[in-house]
Amino acid sequence: MSATALPPGSPGGLPPGVSIPPGLAIAKLPPDILSDVKPRRGIWGFLGRYPAIAIGGSLLFIMVFVAVFAPFLFTKDPTALAPALRTREPSAQFWFGSDMLGRDVYSRVLYGARVSLIVGFSVAFFASLIGLIIGLLSGFNRIADSIIMRVMDGMMSIPPILLAIALMALTRGSVQNVILAITVAEIPRVSRLVRGVVLSLREQPYVEAAVASGTRTWKIIFKHILPNTLAPLTVQATYICAAAMITEAILSFIGAGTPPIIPSWGNIMAEGRALWQVKPYIVFFPAVFLSITVLAVNLLGDGLRDAIDPRLAKRI
Amino acid sequence: MTKRILEVSDLKKHFPIRGGLLGGTVGYVYAVDGVSFHINQGETLSLVGESGCGKSTVGKSVLRLFPLTSGQVVLNGKRIDDMPSGSLRPLRRQIQVVFQDPFSSLNPRLRVREILAEPIRNFGLANSEAEIDEKVGQLMDKVRLPRDAVNRWPHEFSGGQRQRICIARALAAEPDIIVCDEAVSALDVSVKAQIVNLLQDLQAELGLAMLFISHDLAIVEHMTHRVAVMYLGQIVEVADRKSLFGTPRHPYTEALLSAVPVPVPGALRERIVLQGDVPSPIKPPPGCRFHTRCPYAFDRCRKEVPALKDDGTGHLAACHLHDGPAAENPLLNKAPPTAFRAA
Repeated sequence: MSATALPPGSPGGLPPGVSIPPGLAIAKLPPDILSDVKPRRGIWGFLGRYPAIAIGGSLLFIMVFVAVFAPFLFTKDPTALAPALRTREPSAQFWFGSDMLGRDVYSRVLYGARVSLIVGFSVAFFASLIGLIIGLLSGFNRIADSIIMRVMDGMMSIPPILLAIALMALTRGSVQNVILAITVAEIPRVSRLVRGVVLSLREQPYVEAAVASGTRTWKIIFKHILPNTLAPLTVQATYICAAAMITEAILSFIGAGTPPIIPSWGNIMAEGRALWQVKPYIVFFPAVFLSITVLAVNLLGDGLRDAIDPRLAKRI
Repeated sequence: MTKRILEVSDLKKHFPIRGGLLGGTVGYVYAVDGVSFHINQGETLSLVGESGCGKSTVGKSVLRLFPLTSGQVVLNGKRIDDMPSGSLRPLRRQIQVVFQDPFSSLNPRLRVREILAEPIRNFGLANSEAEIDEKVGQLMDKVRLPRDAVNRWPHEFSGGQRQRICIARALAAEPDIIVCDEAVSALDVSVKAQIVNLLQDLQAELGLAMLFISHDLAIVEHMTHRVAVMYLGQIVEVADRKSLFGTPRHPYTEALLSAVPVPVPGALRERIVLQGDVPSPIKPPPGCRFHTRCPYAFDRCRKEVPALKDDGTGHLAACHLHDGPAAENPLLNKAPPTAFRAA
């Protein structure tokens, strides 16, 4: 860029009364780089800034809507057998086709959303709650910490699916037991996260200032520590939710999860597995629904993580 | 005689180093190793020294934010060093703290009103919510913040404003002494001056004592009554401001003062550049702790620990040089350090 002399008094130019000696040129001052974009406020501005939350949230909302209003979305009884109409291709009568017992795959997939979402949300809730209590306890008590964390190390050394299968083998197959099994497998990771957050929060000056101003320990935990662990915990809960839905499908697929009488995406896929090469749609539709739901929850989690604290990305 | 607010004698805080397979103690960090000082009512004692010398540990020790290794801390005539935390809690009102980082000193999830009300509630200083509101309002006045800002969140304030909220929180407990742990170090110069002046005004108004922990000698010179210089967990020199800045009696103080920038372009000054690093507080050197870097060190310094001795005017220094004849003492036969010559 060539340097040019500016007329006196112009912005970035010389003050009036000052002349440039011959042979000298003064470089133009670059303007300050300021964005003139006014950040949009309110819910639309927020969603515009975090598209992952917008996309993930709306996909998840659709799934919840589908699960809740499954009976009103032109479905039939998902367990009604119609042997004469088995393995039909997708058509006006069977939108997603019918399986080898003549059951409507569309209805089964929509009702299956209930199992997946119930399992995902329940596991996320219970694992977070129990993990939070364990994490707070071990973050505040050194003796409890050394015992609890060794137990958690032991639990983490077993792959979560194996642990869930083992727990399912001990109990009867039911949705509650699936939730229990996956929750147990997820607790160690949550309590580790909470413990780490608690340990770093305890060293924060505002906690020390609270101690110095005579705040009791339980009050410090509930007023200063707990509210500040909720943000990373919420993000972690979404990941747990997604992982739990996949684990539920895996357990059902291998026959160690939800009993076959209840339509779940894993069950539908397990039953369609034998006919995969000739009737792929039986596996295809529940798989697509599972993928979309897991994607939605993960997108939501990523978006929340970025919205709450970009630095969290490294901690989780 | 003025009232003695805080008296610390032979304070020690050693942090265990955990290591090895079973997490046993493999050594100690001698963060504070035998520190004694006192602070009178309405007086500011500054604690200066370089990073890692244990200044902040002293501050946190007198606040009893962790148990002490040994030593006595007497607050308003009561020993608090070995007090169980339950009976200590009401006494905490008398000693409050302002930390360095204004961004992590305020809980991001509490509004300013809640932050300031917490000490008032804890110590039962108000009987009703209306009284709390009134007290919070008065605190906001004291630190020159608008009263209607109490419903805001901490992130809505600038660094200097947050630091004033921290000061207001410390004042909320109606303390006798405030520990300012590098309270102005994280602020820019103009805001720093503002906070320092505020602290001085409040001190004059409320008769507060202050333990002012800092590494900024220019600020210390501006606002303190007495200064204690720390090096590697020990106090090497204590004196009133004029005496310490005019005639330092410890080689470390001399070197510290010579490192203060002079606000005169092209000013000539003799700088004493210390060689090497601060020795590790895990394995402090024997004898005088400063002998590894002292330009005047001689044989005795390597073997014998110098005691903190009074020169007769209340100026205490821990240096063997003062035991020899005054004519041969390099510390005494020197002009005062450049930066403070005018003062």
